[in-house]
Amino acid sequence: MIALLRRDLTLAVRAGGGFGLGVAFFLILCALVPFGVGPDTTALQPIAPGILWLGALLACLLSLDRIFALDHEDGSLDLLATSPLPLEGAVAVKALAHWITTGLPLILAAPLFGILLHLPGQAIPPLLVSLLLGTPALSMLGAFGAAITVGLRRGGLLLSLLVLPLYIPTLIFGTEMIRRGQEGGATATPLLFLAGITAGTLAVIPFAAAAALRVNLR
Amino acid sequence: MSIWEYANPVKFMRTSGAILPWVVAGAAVCTVTGLVWGFLTPDDFRQGSTVKIVFLHVPAAMMAINIWVMMLVASLIWLIRRHHVSALAAKAAAPIGAVMTLIGLITGAVWGQPMWGTWWEWDPRLTSFLILFLFYIGYIALWSAIEDPDSAADLTAVLCLVGSVFALLSRYAVFFWNQGLHQGASLSVQSGERMSAVYRYPLYLTMLGFGLLFLSLLLIRTRTEIRRRRLAALQAREMRA
Repeated sequence: MIALLRRDLTLAVRAGGGFGLGVAFFLILCALVPFGVGPDTTALQPIAPGILWLGALLACLLSLDRIFALDHEDGSLDLLATSPLPLEGAVAVKALAHWITTGLPLILAAPLFGILLHLPGQAIPPLLVSLLLGTPALSMLGAFGAAITVGLRRGGLLLSLLVLPLYIPTLIFGTEMIRRGQEGGATATPLLFLAGITAGTLAVIPFAAAAALRVNLR
Repeated sequence: MSIWEYANPVKFMRTSGAILPWVVAGAAVCTVTGLVWGFLTPDDFRQGSTVKIVFLHVPAAMMAINIWVMMLVASLIWLIRRHHVSALAAKAAAPIGAVMTLIGLITGAVWGQPMWGTWWEWDPRLTSFLILFLFYIGYIALWSAIEDPDSAADLTAVLCLVGSVFALLSRYAVFFWNQGLHQGASLSVQSGERMSAVYRYPLYLTMLGFGLLFLSLLLIRTRTEIRRRRLAALQAREMRA
């Protein structure tokens, strides 16, 4: 499993853009929003949590088709399926690799973009915690969507149609947590819900995604 | 004699063909009578004549949820027992469910305009229905995107299972995010009736009618799918010969 993780990370780094592109997309999105809604603090501040989470969502979505598509094309996915490592484990590792290459850089960059969008300082810790707890769920659900659409030639648009509705609960609790942090309220309830969703997806999604992969490799 | 006998397509075709005219007739009688009866009810003293849209809105919304549950059960049966009729029934039900969801949303908007003063409000019930509609669309799109029928059945069944969990999760998550404008349940078994009998009985009738309507559409569409599958098998045999 560790070898697989290292291989995926190496591929992401050497293929170029694995780490950087997601963050660059995030930066562009945050830079475009003020053009759309105006540069006023009063306009930007209330929507900043939503923009940051939507940016994370879309940046995550953009890199989803890489999780399985390349391995499916060159046949290494078949090797993974026949290897002693259970396919569920392979799915979990690949989702983890996706999270390290897209989720983690986003989290590190998020405080900076929060400042760009006039997010007050007291909302930065909830922003970090909510992204840290929420983005693994995004990667897991994305791996599920990628596993379902891996055999399709034009799967990209379908992938977003399938995956984005699954992201709704995470998005709601993630933004709610930052909003409460912004207003200085108690953030424990959305925090617990967010943690629950992530724990649930970590436990269940590998099995669903592996089942979908087995169908696609049949 | 068990219910699994009907998993045999031949048996299913024979039985469904026999009961289909009765179901269609029942659906037509109940829906038309219920809607006409509902239309002739007196105006509500606060909502005026707009109350009559309830006879379309409530049964459609109810069926929208029930159809998803039916698809979930059919997907489970397909995954566990590999009955093709079950997978085809789930496939046949999805567009009906999507249309029911759309009817619920549109009639709600038409009613909401005079009553709430807005076509749309980001209310938990409305939003979760929109989310349900998105799930229907994704499900239908996945069916049409995959060529191999068995893979399509498997993948959509898995999607239906995961989607059910998240649809339910979203339904309660949206309460978190906005407080509601939509009234609570008008019909309730526990808390006693809150709706006048004048409206209640035609509503029951249209609910029954929509249930039968769904059943007849489902049978027709499933029969079509089975025939299409047979046609594909015949063509494949022709090609080989």
